[in-house]
Amino acid sequence: MHIKRIVHAADMEDIAVGGAIMGTGGGGDPYVGKLMAQQAILKYGPVKIIDVTELPDDALVVPVCMMGAPTVMTEKLPQGDELMNAFRALEQLLGRKIDAVLCGEAGGVNSTTPFVVAAASGLPLVDGDGMGRAYPELQMVTFTLHGVSATPMVLCDDKGNSLVLNTVSNAWTERLARAATVEMGGSALLAFYAMDGATAKKAVVRGTLSLCADLGRALREARAAHEDPVQAIKAKLGAEEIFTGRIKDIERRTEGGFAHGTARFEGVDGWRGQTLRLDFQNEFLMAERDGKVIVTTPDLITLLEAESGNPVTADSLRYGLRLVALAFEASSAWRSPEGIALVGPRYFGYDVDYTPFVPSS
Amino acid sequence: MIRIGIDVGGTNTDAVVMDGDTVLAGVKAATTADVMTGVVEALKKVLAASKMKPGSVDVVMIGTTHFTNAVVQRRDLAKTAAVRLGLPATASLPPMVDWPEDLRATIGNHYWMAHGGNEFDGRVISPLDEDELLGIAAEIKAKGIKSIAITSVFSPVSNEFEKRAGEIFAKALPGAHISLSSDIGRIGLLERENAAIMNACLRDLSAHVIDAFRKAITETGITGRFYLTQNDGTLMDAAYAERFPVLTFASGPTNSMRGAAFLSGVADAIVVDIGGTTTDVGSLHKGFPRQATVAVEVGGVRTNFRMPDVFSIGLGGGSHVLDTDKGIKVGPTSVGYKIVTEALIFGGSTLTTSDIVVASGRESLGNASKVAHLDKGLITRTQTKIMAMLEDCVERSRLSPEPLPVIIVGGGSILVDGPIGGLKVIKPNHFAVANAVGAAIAQVSGEVDRVYSLAEIDRDEALNDAKSRAVEAAVAAGALRETVEIVDVEDVPLAYLPGNATRVRVKAVGELHV
Repeated sequence: MHIKRIVHAADMEDIAVGGAIMGTGGGGDPYVGKLMAQQAILKYGPVKIIDVTELPDDALVVPVCMMGAPTVMTEKLPQGDELMNAFRALEQLLGRKIDAVLCGEAGGVNSTTPFVVAAASGLPLVDGDGMGRAYPELQMVTFTLHGVSATPMVLCDDKGNSLVLNTVSNAWTERLARAATVEMGGSALLAFYAMDGATAKKAVVRGTLSLCADLGRALREARAAHEDPVQAIKAKLGAEEIFTGRIKDIERRTEGGFAHGTARFEGVDGWRGQTLRLDFQNEFLMAERDGKVIVTTPDLITLLEAESGNPVTADSLRYGLRLVALAFEASSAWRSPEGIALVGPRYFGYDVDYTPFVPSS
Repeated sequence: MIRIGIDVGGTNTDAVVMDGDTVLAGVKAATTADVMTGVVEALKKVLAASKMKPGSVDVVMIGTTHFTNAVVQRRDLAKTAAVRLGLPATASLPPMVDWPEDLRATIGNHYWMAHGGNEFDGRVISPLDEDELLGIAAEIKAKGIKSIAITSVFSPVSNEFEKRAGEIFAKALPGAHISLSSDIGRIGLLERENAAIMNACLRDLSAHVIDAFRKAITETGITGRFYLTQNDGTLMDAAYAERFPVLTFASGPTNSMRGAAFLSGVADAIVVDIGGTTTDVGSLHKGFPRQATVAVEVGGVRTNFRMPDVFSIGLGGGSHVLDTDKGIKVGPTSVGYKIVTEALIFGGSTLTTSDIVVASGRESLGNASKVAHLDKGLITRTQTKIMAMLEDCVERSRLSPEPLPVIIVGGGSILVDGPIGGLKVIKPNHFAVANAVGAAIAQVSGEVDRVYSLAEIDRDEALNDAKSRAVEAAVAAGALRETVEIVDVEDVPLAYLPGNATRVRVKAVGELHV
């Protein structure tokens, strides 16, 4: 098996920054996950990253992730054993050894959580994920588009409770797991979507962990070389700047375990006189410039601090911040009719049709 | 209105007298070990220089980097007990997990994780176990620790466990200083806990320092009001500052940047403030320090304060200079306020950066004959090293290729000669006392923190009500009404309360009524 890269504790810094950019405002601040991954790597040794093509067709691959509201994750930190407990419990349920760890969501905190399990188990981690971004619900993965069942799934909390779900559809898994997560205090850790190597090769959005590492490095290097960090990230992503402005109002509601909200911006520099409205449900999902919808999910919207290029999460949006909004195209898997049905604007309750965003760069 | 601005740094205590917007006089005195003597001397000098009587001074504003320096240099920090309430949650990352090892060791690395904490919706994670806390109190007592920081999960939503644990510790450990995280920080457990721990380890020092300020002002015969400046450049009264020294953390950079903008009349620039021990570099945008949006580190510790984005290095006029096999080493250790006795030019035996500058012939300070013996090569190599250190931190703060000017302020400005990294250098009048000027022009704030029921009024009405209350609070605290603006608005839904309750926090800031 060819090892693509070895990830040491220090390498988690770049991955966490890239994960925050790919988190499109949500997915939780990767800081906590990064610290947990670093603790695990220091204790058990570095993580081996492999391409999905390295997996034998009959290999057993299991993604792990953290589920819940981002605000909760920065405040109520995990007990520590939840991820490995979920992973081992699922292995036992399946009755055979797991061969590799997979990332469910390469944006936000979940760009880092699989490293905890890969380090502790010594298993390789596949370079890819099930979203190519971050999404708030667990059926919103390319695995669903390829008919992979989320269950059997094991869900663990900080108190030692664990729950095994067997459901009729991934949408039902989301409903039941979400209700359990809210009861568990707004965050839980889980192992799910067990699949074989042949399926993984079709269903995984490839290379996204490397993309996270590369974005983090691009930002670090641009700053070191005094180049515009926003431009460096824009170039790496093939993104378009859709706005630069200051936050004039920020409204938040926590509903059913999600952070909902709207941020309103007033333009600065070349955008003076214009406004941007950004709607989020954990992630930034829809951008409206001067009252006209210009980008919607599944295409990606990410906010960067105008001068430093640091990614900004929906959680840390504050009155008066000066930010640049970038938009870029979603993985092609999402742009199919099935993909749009699963993660398009109407699914999130926005009364607009999906129009593919084409960056003009 | 006659106001005095004072800046108490690690090396110098500076003071200015201002009549409205005019700087009447600015002086420097050495910071003393007791803090008070230096402040008295600076006050007497500046009153004499401005020909002002103590009785005519309306207000004294003090900015100090004393507490930041204590953390950065790991000195005068009390052994501290970090107590977290939240088990079984949070055990994956213990208190101080991401701290530099030396700082952790300085305050003893004493932490306890206990049951308690709330869920996001106010439910209890696990009930407070009073016997467990009494057991911890006994261990704290046995270790001789007198400063305690208590952090409970989701205490910004419900601070009852922190308050109750505080009462238990106060009873079991009479005289202990207790810092509750909910009084200091916002949501974000590790950052809020870090702030509470740092506050706790500074409480012994703050009692001493604030008392010294109070005595110094009384001794000089000044009867006017007395304030300290906090992180965002606004004022807090002395009693409050004593309980919350951590809130002064970024006041130094904020004051120096606002002072630099005021003195130079330049609104967009990079400001380099060279003190005796550290150099702070930040950028000025339209006359205000650029705020950091990501977590700011202080002494290597992550916090979530709203602070200017400043990069600091251990370089100042009192920095130690060592010639080692690996080349010249400048700082981060410094003789600090002892420069007047320990530097070579003042008859001491420690080689400092100021000695090098005097030896090079660029400045006359102290007794130049005491450094005449220094090797020319050593002088050149040290100067090259200093300029390289400054260039490196200016480059870090320079976030665009635009050639902004560099404003040099602070008592250690003599270290700079000529452009830094090709950028034009400005040294404004009174450059050496820019911090004190920044303190003197500090603003007044009014804050509102109220819970509104959105079942009764809508969100806009609630926000507008909170905003107008904040403006009135700022005016009541002494702000000039037409200068007051809203600088911060935050609303946090409290899902666990009936009636769609939302906690709204608004901060308004204005110029002190002159």
